[in-house]
Amino acid sequence: MSDYKAVIGLEVHAELDTASKIYCGCTTAFGGEENTHVCPVCLGLPGALPLLNEKVVEFCIKAGLALNCKINNYSRQDRKHYFYPDLPKSFQTSQLDLPICYDGYLDIEVNGQTKRIGITRIHIEEDAGKLIHGLTGTRVDYNRGATGLIEIVSEPDLSSPEEVYAYMETLRQVLLYTGVSNCKMEEGSLRCDVNVSIHKEGEPFGVRTEMKNINSLSAAKAATAYEIKRQKQVLEEGGSLFQATLRWDDAKGINYVMRVKEHADEYYYFPEPDIMPIVISPEKVEAIRATLPELPKARQQRYKEQYGLSDYDANILTVSKALSDLFDQAVAECQGPAKACANFIMGDITRLLNEEALQPEEVPFGGKELAELANLASQGAISSSAASKVVEMLFQPEFAGKGPKAIVEEQNLGQVSDQGAIKAMCQQVIDANPKIVEDYRGGKKQAISALVGQVMKASKGKANPAMANQLLEELLGS
Amino acid sequence: MDNMQKQELASLTLTQAAGLLAKGEASSSELTKLMLDRIAASNNNAYITVNAEAMAAAEAADARRREGGSLSPVDGLPMALKDNFCVRGMKTTCASRMLENFVPPYTATVAEKLADAGTVLLGKVNMDEFAAGNATDTSYFGPTKNPRDPKRVAGGSSGGSAAAVAEDTAYFTMGSDTGGSVRQPAAFCGVVGLKPTYGRVSRYGVVAFASSLDQVGPLNKTVEDCALTLSLIAGRDPRDASSLPNPVPDYLAGLKGAEGLKGLRVGVPKEYMGPGIQAEIRENVKKLIADLQTAGAIVEECSLPQLEYALSAYYVISSAEFSSNLGRFDGVKYGYRAKSYDGYDDMLRRTRSEAFGDEVKRRILLGTYTLSAGYFDAYYLRAQKARTLIMEDFRRAFSQYDILLTPTTPVTAWPLGTAFEDPSKVYAMDLCTVSVNVAGLPAISLPWGTDREGMPVGVQLIGPTLSEDRILQAAHGVEALSLHNYGEGRGQKGGGVHV
Repeated sequence: MSDYKAVIGLEVHAELDTASKIYCGCTTAFGGEENTHVCPVCLGLPGALPLLNEKVVEFCIKAGLALNCKINNYSRQDRKHYFYPDLPKSFQTSQLDLPICYDGYLDIEVNGQTKRIGITRIHIEEDAGKLIHGLTGTRVDYNRGATGLIEIVSEPDLSSPEEVYAYMETLRQVLLYTGVSNCKMEEGSLRCDVNVSIHKEGEPFGVRTEMKNINSLSAAKAATAYEIKRQKQVLEEGGSLFQATLRWDDAKGINYVMRVKEHADEYYYFPEPDIMPIVISPEKVEAIRATLPELPKARQQRYKEQYGLSDYDANILTVSKALSDLFDQAVAECQGPAKACANFIMGDITRLLNEEALQPEEVPFGGKELAELANLASQGAISSSAASKVVEMLFQPEFAGKGPKAIVEEQNLGQVSDQGAIKAMCQQVIDANPKIVEDYRGGKKQAISALVGQVMKASKGKANPAMANQLLEELLGS
Repeated sequence: MDNMQKQELASLTLTQAAGLLAKGEASSSELTKLMLDRIAASNNNAYITVNAEAMAAAEAADARRREGGSLSPVDGLPMALKDNFCVRGMKTTCASRMLENFVPPYTATVAEKLADAGTVLLGKVNMDEFAAGNATDTSYFGPTKNPRDPKRVAGGSSGGSAAAVAEDTAYFTMGSDTGGSVRQPAAFCGVVGLKPTYGRVSRYGVVAFASSLDQVGPLNKTVEDCALTLSLIAGRDPRDASSLPNPVPDYLAGLKGAEGLKGLRVGVPKEYMGPGIQAEIRENVKKLIADLQTAGAIVEECSLPQLEYALSAYYVISSAEFSSNLGRFDGVKYGYRAKSYDGYDDMLRRTRSEAFGDEVKRRILLGTYTLSAGYFDAYYLRAQKARTLIMEDFRRAFSQYDILLTPTTPVTAWPLGTAFEDPSKVYAMDLCTVSVNVAGLPAISLPWGTDREGMPVGVQLIGPTLSEDRILQAAHGVEALSLHNYGEGRGQKGGGVHV
């Protein structure tokens, strides 16, 4: 059973984050009242002509460079024909044999191992509209129609559901870092088709099935795992596989057969006569290359070398470009260790983003504020629990415009490091908790932390806990 | 105004009519009313839709003129558009049941430019269904009759455009030319028709037949009118990626009658003078060759061997693009939808089966076939290779000659209802015109005598890319020779009208 090997290739569609659609000036904003983000061009009305949005080409080149692709200096668009109500022209303007980008790769990490996944090509094309099934019939909303997409086709270099997940996650990161797509999977901005076949070592590739339009990382992983298992089962039971397009039902966790492919797809491709060939000069490629941001891999390396962060911290910090940028800005202004800034991002800030259901881009303060906070904490001016409170307040609108220092003063959150005052509180705590003191004296040294906790409580969190610990030890005569 | 005066007024050229308006000797309302009356009285079926706002537009033009604010020399002159030009709020049918009630929400660039010049839109004229044809006999609204002999076809696909000019129900019209659709009906009806360089005139808003071949062109009574009209519509359109940025020259400046023929190097491709061409047409062309030489032109026979493949290449490429462009008519969004159906696929099938005519279906099938994966290389790709060779042939020819002279059509207008043995015989009628579209070149057709039965013969002058000024100049010379030799200044017996 275990000697079957899976061969997996992905086709990822990313909606481009350009302001206007691929062939007209209509907005690409998500949603909107049905059929309000449309015009004669994106509706494909007879006689209307497309004008290629140069930003779409630039974004594709940018993605290609970030994915180590070569760029075709001469490329063109082709018409891909099929009838479907969400496709107003009855053809999708795409690219067939001269894509803008080709022959690249993406390095992914699975279980600490780096694996290089080939990128066959990246081409531009238009998105389709959306069908809305109602009780009285089906309507079509063309708002999304003709939004620019890139399709990123991988080599069949992936071999496990974990690799599929890592590939999608890494790819998503690259697309977010380069800013070509907002990758909002819940809005369909990033979708993938997974092609799976299995075979035994030394034997030819098996029959391939394709799962279409999967729109989350975990679904891609689950669908791949399911499909590999299903194919193995069929073969082990002596059955045979057939080429098919499948639909993954994420709620039920199973694949359905959408259609069986008896013949190769027939799309009557031919070069799009209404759009001139896309000529890309080497100068243009270099100009775009110069705008590429530092990518996650390079940042992780820098964090480890420059700040001594662990692999784990470096990975977490670079998941989102916004948080990674916040870190870089804070570190530049922070007098203390970089790790202090990292801890706030990975701890309180991430927790609050989750609680408030915010995107990383929506952190309501900048690197300067974070640095100020990290300085206060590492200087011992505030306790860690007070620091958490400050972060919470920085997320509240009523504290907008106030820095951590101002908040600490205003809210009286400064840490008490007055030895006399803390010593008095320690004595009170010792007197009030004879049982714990007895445990401590009896050898349960960790009981002291319960006493420190009591001191912190009595001081409303403001006592310097290290000092309290030390004074308690002294008073208890250890 | 008696009938004689009305007839004289109606048969004025665009330039003459503009002169009358400028002098205040006629008003736009007068001319527009005259045209509308003539449209109503005509039995030639040139018009599909008459513009209900035409008189209002004419009155507005008159008001502008009174106040000294005319938009252009042709402000207030009535004209018509082929019914594949979208005009906001006005039916654009493409002579098809599919778009019988289609009212576009936007206007073609050329229609906008003509409106900006103040011309009065009389209405939309008949054509072959979706421009697929060469006799305007595939129109859902019935064939257009040739004003020179109503028992004959007007040619096509811009048959309504040519007939309206010939029957004096418009001072000029616009057509579209994919394989001869302006030039051939112009030749059949005895008027002037120009197909500009691909990209010289915007295609935006003109319902596409074959995107890489389509070009908008005017139909006129004279070469001078043609030059004037072209100057109104030529130029880059930011909404059409294929439109050319080159500046638009003064097309009227170079017109100097027979003088313009002196020293002109004219090539006559022997491929278009063979036995496939009606003998009388060949005779007419030979007469023109002699007259050109007398006028000081240098005329030689030449050869463009690749033209042999032009007709096949044209029908492969044009049908492929046609099938693609017409896919959007699916009954989902606008246009005809079958009355009863079971689900999307059935709706699609019934809608297209019921609303498209036979010729449209034939070309969709042809195009779909040639684009099929197994046949793409054998047909579409080879046709594109032939296209490159044909362009090369023309390039070589234009290194030796300023223009090429050919008959516009192999035959003169045939009787309505002629039954051809098979479609390829009808397609062969496009022999002399399609190569020009395949190569993207400009060409003009103008009347040059008649056949024995009095039907007009058209001659075609082809020039290199963007040589509209040159071919207009040459055509102006040929027109002068025609007036001199045949007494025909505008393709009608009795010659030009003198007011």
